[in-house]
Amino acid sequence: MKEDIRKNIDPEDVAGSEVHEFVTLNVGPTHPATHGVFQNVMTMDGEYIVDTVQTIGYIHRAFEKIAERRAYYQILPLTDRLNYCSSALNNTGYLMAVEKLLDLEIPKRVQYMRVIIMELARIADHNVCNSVIGVDTGALTVFTYMFQDREKIYEIWEQICGSRLTTSIGRIGGFERNWNEKAWSLLRTFMKEYPPRLKEFETLLSRNRIFLDRTVDVGAISAEKALNYGFTGPNLRAAGVDYDVRIAAPYCSYEDFEFIIPVGTTGDTHDRFMVRQEEMWQSMSIINQAIAKLDAMDDKETFNANNDAFVMPAKEKVYNDMESLIYHFKQVMGEIDPPKGEIYHAVEAANGELGFYIVSDGGRSPYRLHFRRPCFIYYQGYPDMIKGNLLSDAIITLSSMNVIAGELDA
Amino acid sequence: MDSNNNNFTVVDAPEGISGSGFFATRMDKAIGLARLNSLWPLPFATSCCGIEFMATMAPHYDMSRFGMERLSFSPRQSDLLMVMGTIAKKMGPILQEVYIQMAEPRWVIAVGACAASGGIFDTYSVLQGIDRVIPVDVYVPGCPPRPEQIINGILKIQELVHNESGRRRYSSEYKELLAKYGIE
Amino acid sequence: MFIINQEILNLTSEKLRNRFGEAILTEEIEMDMPVYVVKKEIIVDLLRLLYDDETLRYRFLTTLCGIHYPESDQPFGVIYHLHSLENNQRIRIKTFTTLEDIAIPSVTAVFAGANWMEREAFDFYGIIFTGHPNLKRILNVDEMDYFPMRKEYPLEDGTREDKNDDFFGR
Repeated sequence: MKEDIRKNIDPEDVAGSEVHEFVTLNVGPTHPATHGVFQNVMTMDGEYIVDTVQTIGYIHRAFEKIAERRAYYQILPLTDRLNYCSSALNNTGYLMAVEKLLDLEIPKRVQYMRVIIMELARIADHNVCNSVIGVDTGALTVFTYMFQDREKIYEIWEQICGSRLTTSIGRIGGFERNWNEKAWSLLRTFMKEYPPRLKEFETLLSRNRIFLDRTVDVGAISAEKALNYGFTGPNLRAAGVDYDVRIAAPYCSYEDFEFIIPVGTTGDTHDRFMVRQEEMWQSMSIINQAIAKLDAMDDKETFNANNDAFVMPAKEKVYNDMESLIYHFKQVMGEIDPPKGEIYHAVEAANGELGFYIVSDGGRSPYRLHFRRPCFIYYQGYPDMIKGNLLSDAIITLSSMNVIAGELDA
Repeated sequence: MDSNNNNFTVVDAPEGISGSGFFATRMDKAIGLARLNSLWPLPFATSCCGIEFMATMAPHYDMSRFGMERLSFSPRQSDLLMVMGTIAKKMGPILQEVYIQMAEPRWVIAVGACAASGGIFDTYSVLQGIDRVIPVDVYVPGCPPRPEQIINGILKIQELVHNESGRRRYSSEYKELLAKYGIE
Repeated sequence: MFIINQEILNLTSEKLRNRFGEAILTEEIEMDMPVYVVKKEIIVDLLRLLYDDETLRYRFLTTLCGIHYPESDQPFGVIYHLHSLENNQRIRIKTFTTLEDIAIPSVTAVFAGANWMEREAFDFYGIIFTGHPNLKRILNVDEMDYFPMRKEYPLEDGTREDKNDDFFGR
């Protein structure tokens, strides 16, 4: 449709012959529509975008350098602040990477509990992303309604780990304490009350004429280009490639669960919206399966791996047993003995494959810790996706890609 | 007009002299009262504290109860600069630019540990507190602070707005304060 | 744990040895990931070979990062993680270089996604990627005159005057 409009403009008709004069527009770091601090200097032909130059790094906090100084358990609060909309996913991913390095065996119950909090984080992140797409198309109310459900998830995390947003949930080997009754009852209530609200949100937008006009064929990217750029996650699945780390390299007992991977066709904004929407439904199904599996288990007490060398031993043991006392001291001081070597571990975060590459030289902190951040890698494809589109379409494309500044710059 | 809803609270009037048909009070008290209940904030949200700000704006913790219904993203039209999140050295000059563009009277609230003092990021790339580039009125500690804490910070700002003297922005101490930051 | 597809791995090693011979310095399996250490001159051809091959199909660049080993005689390294989605096989390729000759060919011609990843490695370590379309700093301020992730530089900002080092045990 845009091509028709452009073809019908007679260059002689509009303000003399100087029609195609390009304007530079700075969609700067502080901008209400960009939901994060990154800058796009756009060259515009009227309302159409010709090209854009991106600047990032406005929130570069040097995580990789900080990680070289800190003990392994002290890096956990840093990982919170990568994709801060779904911190539990980052935390669990990092802990699993360290456990892979230390070769720790995690009990099934702990793995199912981790699956529950990871899928809750995914629901929380997609919740915000989809309602923000609504906000950017003008549907402000959906955001205020959907954020209430994020508050419910915050309450669940608060009961488990004490914090709402930057959770630092879990420890190397599991959790720091067993989940209490309140956490379980909040979780069950949430699983009962959320589906009708999600359905209401979906029916408001997914077949809405205005929303469809604004999101179909906007910011499309082909599967070949997406793979070449290194896209992962919902952005890649919307383009048609069914790559999901939970299926390709299952971790944390994901092979015990049944779920489908939603895949789009054209990679446009509407496909990204629908893929995230369907992923929320799938996450809820996974959580329900996990709750059922945990209820069926006899063991209701295990909350971490039974390895005193790397997991804090129980206080009774510390006060009575010499080895436990020594291990407790060593762990608190951060002087655990990881083996030398390097590992790479990836989880399916809300935005794609979040990878941790740890190079260990046997010391208390990693020699090198590199975060494979999905946002950083797929944001490179943004100029390709918005060339020839209107400025307002570019804004919606940006919010549908779910670029979180913390993960972009690390 | 017959109104069934008589359960609303009216703000206390400032001290003054009243008589038949008139009420006299100090002008800056009246202006302070009007300003404190209708601040227009500029949310300068960079990272995680920005999400807690979104939670504060959301219906559960509703910031519009305190008069902050209308967010303004244009510095020229806003009163309160809420800096939420880490400010890197790359972002510092931009923050100062936004502050300079704000029209008087303007207040600044630094939400979160990163804005107040650099937070947990004592690194080469993070500005160790925004008070290195702009003058700050209220600091809200926390990482991230709970919405209740952010509202507490806003109430403190409202106290400052209420009690601000009318001549403060023209005084020499204020000009000296701005000169310390290189702002004319 | 990543499962190693032994057939694809053997085929990979064979094709690399046939084409590059001595330039493949070492080849081993580190826990669950095959690792090749190669000479830097062949890196673009190597990635192109792995990309174009119809059986191997390593068409996804997972990540690219730099590393600094100050005691080694080739201190600066670049580490590539490749992934073949169809065969579900990942490999890690490392190349090293010296400080005096700190240039490595850029792989942006093979993978468009390597653009920013190489800029990040340049920003942190100062590794020059020859043939890169736009090699400038990406995360740090443009005026910064040193490469912060190198091991000789500290984490904190050296220009602070208000921190009393006695309190911090330094």
